[in-house]
Amino acid sequence: MTLENMLIVAAILFAIGLYGALARRNVLVVLMSIELMFNGVNLTLVAFAKYVAPAGLAQDLTQNIGGVLTGQVFAVFVITVAAAEIALGLGIVFAMYRSTGSIDLSDATLLRS
Amino acid sequence: MWVQDVVFWILAVAVIVPALGVVLVKDLFRAVLLLVVVFIAVAGFFVMMSAEFLGVVQVLIYAGAVSILVIFSIMLTRDVQRGNLPNRMQIPAVVLSALLLATLVWTATQTEWNLIDPGQQDRVDLVQTSSVSLVTDEALLASGFVTEEEQSAARQAGLADLLIGDFVLPFEAVSVLLLAAVIGALALVRTR
Repeated sequence: MTLENMLIVAAILFAIGLYGALARRNVLVVLMSIELMFNGVNLTLVAFAKYVAPAGLAQDLTQNIGGVLTGQVFAVFVITVAAAEIALGLGIVFAMYRSTGSIDLSDATLLRS
Repeated sequence: MWVQDVVFWILAVAVIVPALGVVLVKDLFRAVLLLVVVFIAVAGFFVMMSAEFLGVVQVLIYAGAVSILVIFSIMLTRDVQRGNLPNRMQIPAVVLSALLLATLVWTATQTEWNLIDPGQQDRVDLVQTSSVSLVTDEALLASGFVTEEEQSAARQAGLADLLIGDFVLPFEAVSVLLLAAVIGALALVRTR
């Protein structure tokens, strides 16, 4: 398990999520694909935190030892924002279902004049 | 370290195959169940990369809360019959994703990363695995924290210290964001 392997797995996950978000008509599948993309990003952040030296660590370990946790802190923020996104996204899905009776993105033409 | 490699490849398959299933499977309910598999495998990756706290959070928030929310919305919207259809942008989406994947893989393999040198990897692992717990003197010594300053520096490094210390402004901003998201979601689904 090296940094490159981990980054490639995360990149594949992100690409699958991007395909799903672009090419699917069901809005729930689009939301799930966005969650896949968030997970790919989180994997990348944690892999960088584990394998890549933060500034200052290479010379002296006592200098900036908290820096090895920065990637994990970023992942915590990404998870929080993803939770907010899914809550709001599902609220929008419900509002859309109530007004159009469908969760198909091809039917979401309310703003098209 | 061959055990680690075997676990890595098992987890890699357990992430990528169900992720493909999520976007390709026709049945929405099966897609959510595959999504849970992806989340749990990603949690396994977190534990492998000495981010135990994130692994637990991943299982709690993604495999627990997010998947239940999505299952509820599938049940409530009753649009399962039509299933997971592609739109007209199928081929451009495949091309764009493949291009992005190629770019990311090229970047990941061609860049010379400023890697942590192998002698220090043990200490970094110790700091990361003990980021939410107390660390014993024996573990510190075994990982090469010999001097007093090094030991106290390793003891003070923790996720909570960073969240409340260096990252306190984003931490507070994110809490306000969550509150706004909850209020917004309630306002959206409210029946008048």
